[in-house]
Amino acid sequence: MTAETNTEAPKKPAPADQESFLSVFTRNLWASNNVLITTLSIVLAVIIGAVLIVVSDADVLAKFVYFTARPSDALNASWTLISEAYADLLKGAFGDPAVFQAWFDGTATWQEAFAPLSETLTYAAPLVFTGLSVALAFRGGLFNIGAQGQAVLGCVVAGAAGFTFGLPIVLNLVVALLAGVIGGALWGFIPGLLKARTGAHEVITTIMLNYTAALFLSWLVIQKGVQAPGRTDAISKSVAESAQLPSPGGILRVHLGILIAVLVTAGVAWLLKRSAFGFEIRAVGANPHAAQTAGISVGRTYVLLMAVAGGLAGLGGATQVLGTAYALTPAVAGNIGFDGLLVALLGRNRPWGTFFAALLFGALRAGGNRIQSYAGISLELVTVLQALIVIFIAAPALVKAIFRLRAARVTGAGTSLAKG
Amino acid sequence: MSTATVQEPTEVAAPEPFWSRQCRLGLALVLIGALAAAVFGALAPSEDARFTLSEDAEGAALSINGQVGAVLFGLLALAAGGAMLAGLARRRSNVLLSLGILAFVLSFLCWQVAGNFMPLVDTTEGTLQLALPLILGALAGVLGERSGVVNVAIEGQFLMGAFAGALVGTMATSVWAGLISAAVGGVIIAAILAVLSIRYLVDQTVVGMVLNLFALGITGFLYERLMQPDAQTYNTPPQMPEWRIPGLADIPVIGPVLFEANLLVWVALALVVAIHFGLSRTRWGLRTRAVGEHPTAADTVGIRVRGLRYLNVLLGGVVAGIGGAYFTLVATGSFTKNMTAGAGFIALAALIFGRYTPFGALGAALFFGFAQKLATYLSAIESPVPSQFLNMLPYLATLIAVAGLVGRVRAPAADGQPYIKS
Repeated sequence: MTAETNTEAPKKPAPADQESFLSVFTRNLWASNNVLITTLSIVLAVIIGAVLIVVSDADVLAKFVYFTARPSDALNASWTLISEAYADLLKGAFGDPAVFQAWFDGTATWQEAFAPLSETLTYAAPLVFTGLSVALAFRGGLFNIGAQGQAVLGCVVAGAAGFTFGLPIVLNLVVALLAGVIGGALWGFIPGLLKARTGAHEVITTIMLNYTAALFLSWLVIQKGVQAPGRTDAISKSVAESAQLPSPGGILRVHLGILIAVLVTAGVAWLLKRSAFGFEIRAVGANPHAAQTAGISVGRTYVLLMAVAGGLAGLGGATQVLGTAYALTPAVAGNIGFDGLLVALLGRNRPWGTFFAALLFGALRAGGNRIQSYAGISLELVTVLQALIVIFIAAPALVKAIFRLRAARVTGAGTSLAKG
Repeated sequence: MSTATVQEPTEVAAPEPFWSRQCRLGLALVLIGALAAAVFGALAPSEDARFTLSEDAEGAALSINGQVGAVLFGLLALAAGGAMLAGLARRRSNVLLSLGILAFVLSFLCWQVAGNFMPLVDTTEGTLQLALPLILGALAGVLGERSGVVNVAIEGQFLMGAFAGALVGTMATSVWAGLISAAVGGVIIAAILAVLSIRYLVDQTVVGMVLNLFALGITGFLYERLMQPDAQTYNTPPQMPEWRIPGLADIPVIGPVLFEANLLVWVALALVVAIHFGLSRTRWGLRTRAVGEHPTAADTVGIRVRGLRYLNVLLGGVVAGIGGAYFTLVATGSFTKNMTAGAGFIALAALIFGRYTPFGALGAALFFGFAQKLATYLSAIESPVPSQFLNMLPYLATLIAVAGLVGRVRAPAADGQPYIKS
């Protein structure tokens, strides 16, 4: 569908007579390596997003009616619309230069200047966990669509622990976070066990468990003892202050979750690269039959892997409820599980790749909020951009065809990972 | 060659274990039957449960004392289970199973309805209406999966269909234009799915999930940009008319449900029959099944594997898109963001629960539709049974079915595997 949107000719053929670093670099610049594919995917998504912005704006479309008579009118209007929208996206994600200037001049506080970055990190934190959950499962050859349900269970158990126990400071937070991990792990354990014992496909079982979890949450929050006293709508009691993730406060919503995310990413990277279990995961992911022959218990690995993946997603849910929401509502987990899926694909299932992909998604989301409030363009634009980026990432051959890239070692994100 | 020859080897291979499927099912039925008789019977008030044949409390009704009914039907379920355990009617074990489950549901209903009434026409009609998109979505799945392409993007096709139907239907002020563009909307998503998974060999489940999010995003975006500011020009689609077939529509209960209905009811039911016939009796069906089970063999005898997969996925897009039209052109008068709310996944569940067959999908969709209708009915009579748990039923039933606790569901052998011509 996008083949006709952009067909630039290849730019730098750069013949290489002698192999200096520079020549190798320039020669490979336009070959289809991962970095280039990722960049081009983002570019393509942004272009399609721009087209969407223009075609959905009645005022600008009206100018296209007399395009042949005065093309400059339509083009200028389109350009203004698009550039302002994307400028707002960047300002909302990384900070507004004008506010920084005001901060230096003393007319604005540093909090105001850093608020956009804080938003980015706030949105990114839970996505790191759900992304890692999906990525880790992928490495073991499992497609964990259930990150959403596991995150919901993480929210439920962490939230319940947060407003029930009333433990002293620090301890309460640790217990609540662990509770979230356990909740998610339990929800991941079920499909793992079913897969190992009966061969039930994890894609199907986790989809079913996602909706079961969502319905369970919507039932739970209106029960006596859970629902906030004096409220008739579906919202639970608030999490005790001692169980909330510490945050600078004020307009800076960023909380400890992002630091935990860094630590957990490092932990997952270690687990995959250096631990025996990580080796088993990768072996089973590469070829379950060979792994079985080599003496690895494939079933046990599946069960453990899904439990760990579930625990990670549960931690994502816990950061959501302990870091930003502070109370359970039917929509408390938002879409973090499904977004985690995209994040993992964008990060090519590598721990640090997933981490930075989550930062990018957090930035898009934070910027999307600003587009919504300043330019009046729907926040859903961000969802479209995210989905498009991942579609292109997952189909490197498509990007290659669009940009006529030369063949190089291509590692597709989605190809041959999970067998439907 | 027919279906039977394909399935025979699996039936012959396994020797009958002591705890055969029939024994396990029988035991399960005995247990739930005893549970129903004891628990539902004890809880049910000793008042009449009335099942009226009309849309309200008036008119003729089937009436039974709630307590007696709950115990009676519970015992019936128990008896059906016992018969299965005892090995009676081995050939007809599915009949006994259905009878047992039906008796269990009736026992539950007697408890809930006691001292109240349940309008049968309204319930049946609601069941069929709620099942409609599920039937169409599951059929779309059947088309794709039987030829080896996993379609988890049914939800996305629904959303695109619903959106396109509302948009074009409103702008052209024609419900038929809306219906056609709904089909086109479904085909757009199906085409992306087909190209990426068949041509570019991307994992089909991955593409499907991403496409769901894409459809959610793009319909939500256009909804907020176009429809919300100016609902009058973009989001007031005309509704599909109800047609009444004189004579047939006067049959009690079934008449008003089946013969005084909108076109989609007939389309859905006709498609079930057509796809069943097509798959089992035509050249296209044989080829589709061959491609879904063993693409290499199919290719060797000259069947165009990829071409057939493209065709089937796109046909599935048409069917799912029409299913999406149900949401805007039949159920409600406008499009709203994420209005399908997971119906595509229930359709997927119906497809799997129905064992990848058209009639199985129909049965599963009706069952799930009934569960949903029952959930709304129970919350209307302020039953203590939470509606959320009834809404969980489709998902839990599918979970049990795939886990093989009640008969293993077997997907087509090449389902989800891209075909690379060597």
